[in-house]
Amino acid sequence: MQPFEFTTAPDIQTAILGSSNTDARLIAGGTTLLDLMKLEVETPKRLLDIHRLPLTGISVTESGGLRIGALATNSAVAYDAQVKSKYPILAEAILAGASAQLRNMATVGGNLMQRTRCTYFRDPLWACNKRQPGTGCSAQDGHHRNHAILGTSDACFAAHPSDMAVALIALDATVEIEGAVGKRAVPIAGFHLGPGNTPEVETVVKPGELITAVELPVLTGTWRSHYLKVRDRASYEFALVSVAAMVQLEGSTIRACRLAFGGVATKPWRATSVEQLVTGQTVSSELFQKAADAAIEGAVPRRDNRFKVALLRRSVIRALETVTEGAK
Amino acid sequence: MSTAVIGTSSDRVDGHRKVTGGAHYAADYALENLAYGVPVLSTTGKGRIVSIDASAARQAPGFIAIITRENSPKLKAPANDFGSWTKLGEARILFADDEIHYVGQYLALVVGETLEQAIAAAALVSVKTVDQAPATSMDGAMDAAYKPKGDDFGPVEYKRGDVSQQTGVAFTVEGSYVTPIEHHNPMEPSATIARWDDEKLTLYDATQWVMGARNCMADMFGIPREDVHIISEFVGGGFGCKGFVWPHQALAAVAAKIVSRPVKIALSRPMMFTGCGHRPETRQKITLAADAQGKLLSLKQEVLSETSPVDEYTEKCGVATPHLYACPNVQVTQRLVPVNIATPTPMRAPGESPGLFAIESALDELAFNMKLDPVELRLRNYAAQDPARKLPYSSKYLRECYAQGVERMGWADRSAKPGTTRDGRYWVGYGMATATYPGYRMEGAALVRLHANGRASVASATQDIGGGTYTTMAQVAAETLGLPLGMIDPALGDSRLPPAPVSGGSMTTASVTPAVKLASEDAIKKIVQLAQETKGSVLFNQKARAANGRVSSFDGAISMTFADVLKAAGLEMIQGDARAKPGKEQGQYSFHSFGAQFVKVRVDPDLGRVHVMRIVSVFDVGRVINPKTARSQALGGIIQGIGMALMEQTHYDHRNGAPVTASLADYLVPVNADIQSIEPTFLNIPDPYISSMGARGIGEIAITGVAPAIANAVFNATGKRVRELPITIERLLD
Repeated sequence: MQPFEFTTAPDIQTAILGSSNTDARLIAGGTTLLDLMKLEVETPKRLLDIHRLPLTGISVTESGGLRIGALATNSAVAYDAQVKSKYPILAEAILAGASAQLRNMATVGGNLMQRTRCTYFRDPLWACNKRQPGTGCSAQDGHHRNHAILGTSDACFAAHPSDMAVALIALDATVEIEGAVGKRAVPIAGFHLGPGNTPEVETVVKPGELITAVELPVLTGTWRSHYLKVRDRASYEFALVSVAAMVQLEGSTIRACRLAFGGVATKPWRATSVEQLVTGQTVSSELFQKAADAAIEGAVPRRDNRFKVALLRRSVIRALETVTEGAK
Repeated sequence: MSTAVIGTSSDRVDGHRKVTGGAHYAADYALENLAYGVPVLSTTGKGRIVSIDASAARQAPGFIAIITRENSPKLKAPANDFGSWTKLGEARILFADDEIHYVGQYLALVVGETLEQAIAAAALVSVKTVDQAPATSMDGAMDAAYKPKGDDFGPVEYKRGDVSQQTGVAFTVEGSYVTPIEHHNPMEPSATIARWDDEKLTLYDATQWVMGARNCMADMFGIPREDVHIISEFVGGGFGCKGFVWPHQALAAVAAKIVSRPVKIALSRPMMFTGCGHRPETRQKITLAADAQGKLLSLKQEVLSETSPVDEYTEKCGVATPHLYACPNVQVTQRLVPVNIATPTPMRAPGESPGLFAIESALDELAFNMKLDPVELRLRNYAAQDPARKLPYSSKYLRECYAQGVERMGWADRSAKPGTTRDGRYWVGYGMATATYPGYRMEGAALVRLHANGRASVASATQDIGGGTYTTMAQVAAETLGLPLGMIDPALGDSRLPPAPVSGGSMTTASVTPAVKLASEDAIKKIVQLAQETKGSVLFNQKARAANGRVSSFDGAISMTFADVLKAAGLEMIQGDARAKPGKEQGQYSFHSFGAQFVKVRVDPDLGRVHVMRIVSVFDVGRVINPKTARSQALGGIIQGIGMALMEQTHYDHRNGAPVTASLADYLVPVNADIQSIEPTFLNIPDPYISSMGARGIGEIAITGVAPAIANAVFNATGKRVRELPITIERLLD
């Protein structure tokens, strides 16, 4: 870890101002940043502590949705009564991730900004386009079992590690970002950016901006939901594949569907085409097979992560079976 | 009335210290003027150092020194063998030359005022190398395969009869089995603090062998062995990676000498993947032949394993094969392939763990092919005596282990046909395997002191690596002396105490507790004598004996506490000493522990996830000194076996041979949520020949047989025979 200066931001304006400096990093829970600083992947000259800013509240909005402060901890969100009753898939996704200790520290805003677990990104000895643009991707010819098969590019195919963001994208959340000139609201589907030729740019957040909240729109009607996480051990492990599935049923007909994937894509992945394919259709194993086929469309598997194609297919089927169980 | 202490489930006598922070592990000693060493590691898999530029590091805050081959004193090579208690983890001596053999090799050490300053300064050191193409897996290096020389643990290869003979063969099974590189990953990473007082060296060290460390350090620095003092009061697990002496221990002493200050080196978790050994990758080809009744006619095991270019470590997968079953024709061959990866070392049940995975899987396949129950197949090949040494076993109750396991697992209800037992959408399977590990014993010594304050102390230069040695030593002393357990103060982990062997090979209890018993008896003899010879004693010139912590007249009418005797004699304490060593019984009997592992798994057939629902294990390890700590060791071994079966594997980058999963987030071991019901039991039948205590060791047997029992259960559940560990999702998706 390199020496750095540590200051506490007394208010949001100071945080925004401080973050405009490219040598500076905002620190909230620190569960990703400190880790990366120890590895010297991140070497900020200044750390601006924002965890005391008054952005921890969780409240019902005028339109009946839920506004979650960016500094609410993952635990606070997962155990919030509103979240548990109205958006259970979010609680389920959060509790499927990390450990209790990490969830107690990690914040909603930090979770959206968390970085990949790619070995080559996390070790400065290796070339990495995400860490040092233009140096090349060591993972392509290296160990890449946990890497992405969707949304990949020649420059980068590192998987996005978040569980929470997968649920948020299924819930059509909006991210509120505040900068010097004011606030803007970004739909979460547009918040994370695929690697393309600029894998170092991971979100739309710019220097001089701060995530202040995440808003969940009201969910009308009755939704069944499930967050399926497939991993190598039962807890404290990133997803090989995860599927956030939500459906509205009328008898055995799927009236509406939301489907998002984690562990297989370079960003939290909303599977809109699969949603469209199943919407209005009658629940059947044939339908789910088709959905699974559509889910893997465009997948680019490589040597070590080839199995994720089959695993994603089967996970989609399993998740859809789970949320439509008993539908007749 | 004598108080039974041996065989009771005593709490750990050091438990309170452990949970309140009172237990000092090697890195915990806050020595005055302590400096911190951070190694500079090679990042190239093969090559040569051209130059090391520390000019930037020298300007860094808190920089004290850089240690390289240039300024290091030249170290001498110890004999480096197990028998003379001088075993190095890696035969190459620290800073031997400028050659680089693997990623993670120590090239230099930066010493700083604080750990953070040393880390920052070390990052500024620039090493110029000339690189060559390394061999980073056995695949590309088969041409270099060679037959191992072997070591003083015993032969590598074995042959009896002729495995090619075909008479009566009704069934054959042939299969290739692979186990990956696994790392020990004890909770406590290795750490050493070295301090020189003139020409005398003290190491606070995380080691499984204080005497081995003492001898190696003395021999390397060319100083008398008495001038080296190793202190290792608490060790946070070892599993083999702290058994022998690794370069960081020498490096700390070299640095302390150069900077004339105590120096601490604490390995980071990534360094644990290159600095203290691993279980090497193994590839085994098994060929079995049996007659129509399932009697084994031949068993052939061809083993390939990797080693490093700078040492010869042989993972003896065939170590148990000669004696495991009654079979007339047996052959074990082994070849080693040097690769540019750090040197391997023993890891919990070295040899048996991967070896039994192959053999017990192949036997399961044979049983299935011939429609015979896997337990029955093993009974038909039961070795009542050791078929290799042609000696009776000292004590073998493996039949009873099978029988209890069958009963408790409800094995009779198992369907032999794969894929036929369901639990909702899950497939359920049952599997079993034999467990075995030798009953090793070496010479051990101990002293027991009776003190005038009424307490007693017991001491030996053994180690407690988490198994509970403090407690078992105290239990044996308490019972032999007739004192309550709470009156005994055990000491260990100090090379100035009476010598004891490595805490490896499951030999601590078998080697040390007989010495504790003898030393206790010696102390009693001396206190009785003292009571009889002391003029102020009420037992002066009387026939006397000791019982229940007192010295009394033969008729019991007069008695004195040990403390009273010492006070009467004006002594502070009296000391009993003993050395206990194995004798001619070693040539008369074959000493082995056995067990049976029964496993129930639930497999998600669509998603490929295996959940181990239940493990019933029955072990015959002789007498159990402390059922509570024994159970803990068994739980740990079985859980490590689950890890081996389902998740443990170190991945390497094939370009330079760097481990790329070198953290506990990337190298998976089971977490609590992976563990369901684990039910180990011990037969607790004393071994009449191993020692006066009747106890063989229990450290390693628990892991043996777990991986094949799980693989066999997975087959029973799914019909898929996985011959390569770990059984990860992708191996079950097809």
